[in-house]
Amino acid sequence: MPFENISEFIAMGGHGLYVWLSYAIAAVVIGYNLISPRMAKKQLYKEHQRKLRREQS
Amino acid sequence: MWQLFVRWFHKWSSPKWFYEMSKPWSFWLGWAALLITTTAIIWGLGFAPVERLQGNSYRIIFIHVPSAFLSEAIYVTIAIAGAIGLIWRIKLAYYVAKICVPLGMSMAFLALATGAIWGKPTWGHWWVWDMRITSMLILLLLYIGLWALHNAMERPESGDRAAAILALVGVVNIPVIKFSVNLVTTLHQPATLKFTEKAPMHISMLIPLLLSILGFYLAFLALMLVRSRIEILRRERKAKWVQQEIEQLGNR
Repeated sequence: MPFENISEFIAMGGHGLYVWLSYAIAAVVIGYNLISPRMAKKQLYKEHQRKLRREQS
Repeated sequence: MWQLFVRWFHKWSSPKWFYEMSKPWSFWLGWAALLITTTAIIWGLGFAPVERLQGNSYRIIFIHVPSAFLSEAIYVTIAIAGAIGLIWRIKLAYYVAKICVPLGMSMAFLALATGAIWGKPTWGHWWVWDMRITSMLILLLLYIGLWALHNAMERPESGDRAAAILALVGVVNIPVIKFSVNLVTTLHQPATLKFTEKAPMHISMLIPLLLSILGFYLAFLALMLVRSRIEILRRERKAKWVQQEIEQLGNR
């Protein structure tokens, strides 16, 4: 085990800022890639509903 | 044999067939990717040993290398799909090429960002104009160019063709990235993984790295299928089956 306890794990031997910043950016980028298809689906559905309404009126 | 291949190719190039067949694939690939990547990250962050020279900052490798690999692989995918679209005029290939752009762009960005952060404690600089890093920046700019072309054209078909041509021209950058660390002496360390020789890395660090790369690749495949399916719905919305499919989106 490279780390004795949780505070050592967070400190990363003085490199904590770099390591955690990298992983935070990765989390944001991956999170965006996971969410955006969902948003695109919703958008598609909304546009479709709008088009249907336009055709009815 | 050839005819069998042609028939298989035609089947898969039909948007409707692709839409139906890819459904279970994206699901299982996605879960496998999540499982493998999570394992790799936990292993790499908490259990892999400390690196002798770089200390703990090297743990950035577990996202830096997979995202860099993927950004190149996605670019090649875009170029091949674009070529298929240009040569055989297959719409589905264009759709795949288009939806790969944001995925590749985000991976190129991630590779550059983590590289810069890793560079600070290791080299003392956030950024150096070395060949590897500059060619990666060019890759990111190519992605931005592709994205701009897709959005600039009034007709999506024109954007598809223009982007396919840019993607094919830009492919020369890929070998530049690959060989830049071996040809020229640079600050960037040479490739950690080589197919031709034993990796200069201890097995306890190598396994989580390989797992992470596998996880990233699987995630890309899953997201590529998911996004391609949405692009099919968007571009084929005049078809009746597509309209029915869009209506069902509201029920989920």
